[in-house]
Amino acid sequence: MSNRFIPHTPEDIKHMLDRIGVNSVEDLYADVPADVIFKNDYELPLGLSEIELRQWFKDLGAKNRNLVVFGGQGAYDHYAPSVIPHLLERSEFYTAYTPYQPEISQGTLQYIFEYQSMISELTGLEATNASMYDGATATAEAAFMMVASARKRNCVLISQTIAPRVLSVVETYTRFHGVELRVVPEADGVTDLNALREMIASPDVAGVILPQPNKYGIIEDFTGIAELVHRNKALLAINADPSTLAVLRSPAEWGADIACGDGQSLGMPLQFGGPYLGFMSCTKAQLRKMPGRVVGATTDAAGHRCFVLTLQAREQHIRREKATSNICSNQSLMALYATIYLALMGKKGLVEVNRLSADGALYLYRRLVETGKFTPAFDKPFLKEFTLATSLDIDKVNKKLADHGIMGGINLGNGLVAFAVTEKRTKEEIDRLVNLMMED
Amino acid sequence: MAIFKDDVRYAESHEWVKLEGDVATIGISDYAQHALGDIVYVDMPEVGDEMAAGDVFGAVESVKAASDLICPVSGEVVEINEALEDAPESINADAFANWIIKVKVSDPAEVDALLDVAAYTQLCENE
Amino acid sequence: MKKYDKLIFEISNPGRVGFQLPANQFDTDGLASIPANLRRVEEPLLPEVSEVDVVRHYTNLSNKNFGVDTGFYPLGSCTMKYNPKINEEIAAMPEFAAIHPLQHPDTIQGALELYYNLQKALANIAGLAEFTLNPYAGAHGELTGLMVMRQYHISRGDTKRTRVIVPNTAHGTNPASAMVAGLDVVEVKSKPDGTVDVEDLKPLLDDTIAGIMMTNPNTVGMFETEILEIADLVHKAGGLLYYDGANLNPLLGKVRPGDMGFDIMHINLHKTFSTPHGGGGPGSGPIGVAPNLVQFLPNPRVRKADDGSFYVDSDEHSLGSISTFFGNFGVMMRAYAYILSLGRDNIRNVGPMATLNANYIKESLKDLYKLPIAGVCKHEFVFDGLADKSTGVTTLNIAKRLLDFGFHAPTIYFPLLFHESMMIEPTETESLETLDEFIDVMRRVAKEAAENPDLVKSAPVTTEISHPDETSAAKNPILRYRDIIK
Repeated sequence: MSNRFIPHTPEDIKHMLDRIGVNSVEDLYADVPADVIFKNDYELPLGLSEIELRQWFKDLGAKNRNLVVFGGQGAYDHYAPSVIPHLLERSEFYTAYTPYQPEISQGTLQYIFEYQSMISELTGLEATNASMYDGATATAEAAFMMVASARKRNCVLISQTIAPRVLSVVETYTRFHGVELRVVPEADGVTDLNALREMIASPDVAGVILPQPNKYGIIEDFTGIAELVHRNKALLAINADPSTLAVLRSPAEWGADIACGDGQSLGMPLQFGGPYLGFMSCTKAQLRKMPGRVVGATTDAAGHRCFVLTLQAREQHIRREKATSNICSNQSLMALYATIYLALMGKKGLVEVNRLSADGALYLYRRLVETGKFTPAFDKPFLKEFTLATSLDIDKVNKKLADHGIMGGINLGNGLVAFAVTEKRTKEEIDRLVNLMMED
Repeated sequence: MAIFKDDVRYAESHEWVKLEGDVATIGISDYAQHALGDIVYVDMPEVGDEMAAGDVFGAVESVKAASDLICPVSGEVVEINEALEDAPESINADAFANWIIKVKVSDPAEVDALLDVAAYTQLCENE
Repeated sequence: MKKYDKLIFEISNPGRVGFQLPANQFDTDGLASIPANLRRVEEPLLPEVSEVDVVRHYTNLSNKNFGVDTGFYPLGSCTMKYNPKINEEIAAMPEFAAIHPLQHPDTIQGALELYYNLQKALANIAGLAEFTLNPYAGAHGELTGLMVMRQYHISRGDTKRTRVIVPNTAHGTNPASAMVAGLDVVEVKSKPDGTVDVEDLKPLLDDTIAGIMMTNPNTVGMFETEILEIADLVHKAGGLLYYDGANLNPLLGKVRPGDMGFDIMHINLHKTFSTPHGGGGPGSGPIGVAPNLVQFLPNPRVRKADDGSFYVDSDEHSLGSISTFFGNFGVMMRAYAYILSLGRDNIRNVGPMATLNANYIKESLKDLYKLPIAGVCKHEFVFDGLADKSTGVTTLNIAKRLLDFGFHAPTIYFPLLFHESMMIEPTETESLETLDEFIDVMRRVAKEAAENPDLVKSAPVTTEISHPDETSAAKNPILRYRDIIK
């Protein structure tokens, strides 16, 4: 036996068995019923050397194709500055675990504090947790949080205009947990506010979840909504794209109690859907109901500023079945990712990312409408993602685009197609996309 | 050593209740605050909330523990101790002086059914 | 060396930039087309720093951390094994890192093939029919697995099965996951050796029981020798068995959970399959199920067509979806790279060597530390503090003193079975020399506790910070930079 990850020599094993007082390694499993000892061979190849392993993945990778991405719907092709992967490869960060021992985890604890600070700046809300799995699960957790906060109300309203993948996860979570989810219909591409006004009047409504921007890329107008929701003793949660919050009205500015969403837009690699992160912020009033880990600043015995996991009494390892959530870990390394991204972009950079994306998106929008084959699905404001109606066979067009190295807009069904443009897309790429689509 | 006052009644979930007229004042026992350690937060209901005996009316949190507060009596919450919002640690200093809520009881007999000091002391000794 | 104590906000200087964007080629003004009342009013307070500022700042922060690459990390129940470096490079390959989850299936065949083959490999390793890799973490896998359990009963019209049995020694996540899945928790008692008390279990098994959650070896590292009887009892009562994969490592190469009678399980890829713990994530918590439960797994599913190509599918009877896309794909890549590196030959040695390491430490220290449960353990074991408690030195003191000697602390005050629990898990990647160093230090600390208890009680004394005030942190939470400057 010799393997690069298992250092035991036969002499080591002998010495250790002697100390333990057993004759063989098998004896360490003498308490296991013989019937359940696995005696067959695993259906795996023989172990690969590093040289073979690298080639194996190179061959597998050749079966994927990197495309020029015009699809969004929850995963955006923003640029990841080179600094980030380099710093993430500091193994003091990525080989550590949850910072249970603050004395030797100040690196992790401080970057989470910085992450919380930056996300709180974007959402405008006072408290942010250390991150969650993804935007969809964070939104489901927001639903539970509102129900926990309301004590005796057990219904949550959610807009039909939220991304379908988010809605579907919230539906699954609430169905099993026993929270009643009612979907507020859409009208002309946005949340039907008249319907919302009627539905919020029901005394069992604990909270409302609205998206910003929505599944069509539309920036919805929530003027007066927070007042309406609060008047009915319910809470307002906004599912937001954090990148866009540099330029769009923040959840706090809309009067929301909770903000949640997916952090992928903060420059994270597409990576076939993950890892990304879910973020969650809330007002101070809701802090104790917020799930997940939280880092706070304090001082040590010598009076130096330091950081610790705090408000732990809310969490599953203490409250067991009385906790508001079962979440243990966060997406810590992705929180570091977001933190470094936001540090590099800074106040101005993130605005510029949005400006370039929005300018490119508007350019593509106009070019497509000019062709006559696309018409605006809704006359509503958008930022980097927008939806058009078309009579083209979208799947056929997208297959052809893929053959030319492009991921086209995403088929939303009913003749609707959603395009996303980030700061990475050049005018030349956009022109090529339009020209290829018009060829037939 | 924990203090066991004899002019109040106790619930098995470690709340104390003192009935004056039809208003019950409720807090947590000195034994309970000892067990929790430094209290950092008290979650309280709102005035006007209706409670049935056995309902959870809030929670007390220390750094590494949390305990639900169970209402030993039925009735309407008429007052909460707002001072605990800023100074939850006062429960550690005096668990009896620093009550948590006052409830206008609908059935005073529920108070009589609670443990007296002897029974409660016995309960704590067995824990 | 000078101590670095700045926040990134505190090195900010107005006007500095850390990144530059390409020149704007467009004649459109996207932002101007958005009505003013939908635009942000108050500017976010983000740092203004140069690229080198950012690099130095976070490099300095990394120096304040302890990871597996820094030293021995015997954190019980967390399986802190070595994370192979090549796996990081593989996960970063643009062929995988730069593909959109909704790309045309023709352009993501490699990714789908990896997903499909990894779930197959896990199913074979676990002795179950199929896996989904969608859950993001162990707790997420638990939740999803319990949803499968409920969906199974609901599909049979057996709607009164709303209670799940959890051993009183279980990790807090088990009852919390049950609560989120809408199940009520029933506790089953443990015997003094920490294993499930079968006599206490029997009367609990009525027609309201959806199933039981167990881990084997259990939280104290002991194998549940009556597992086959327990499985039989639960199945006969109409319930299902859920296996919490937190403690799978000692069984790798030896025992498959499916063969012990488990119907549903999750695997923590970041424990058993060596993916980095990342300071608390991202992990990955695939769940596997017995053949009769496959139809309930969450969507999307990845399948192989007759022509050998791979496609994304969704099942009618599925419990729904629990993730935006396909889970933490980057983590799956690392896990698959690890499985391929081990192969069917070396995977045999993972569990046995982890078990050997744990027993070696246990036997080398049990004269000085109180071993409440004697006998051969699996990958981890629990001490109940020092054997000699007369000087008042606690498990917390010992944990902190270990930091002074360059070791991470064990898991402390868990399981709740003992007052001074100290749970030690060495993993198979640690050499005899490392174990001996740890044993020497543990013996030295026990000696210090006897001869100079105040020294141990004041630990740590060499770390950058010491004795943080956790009470004031919880009482007056300061959770962001703005709370500091106001």
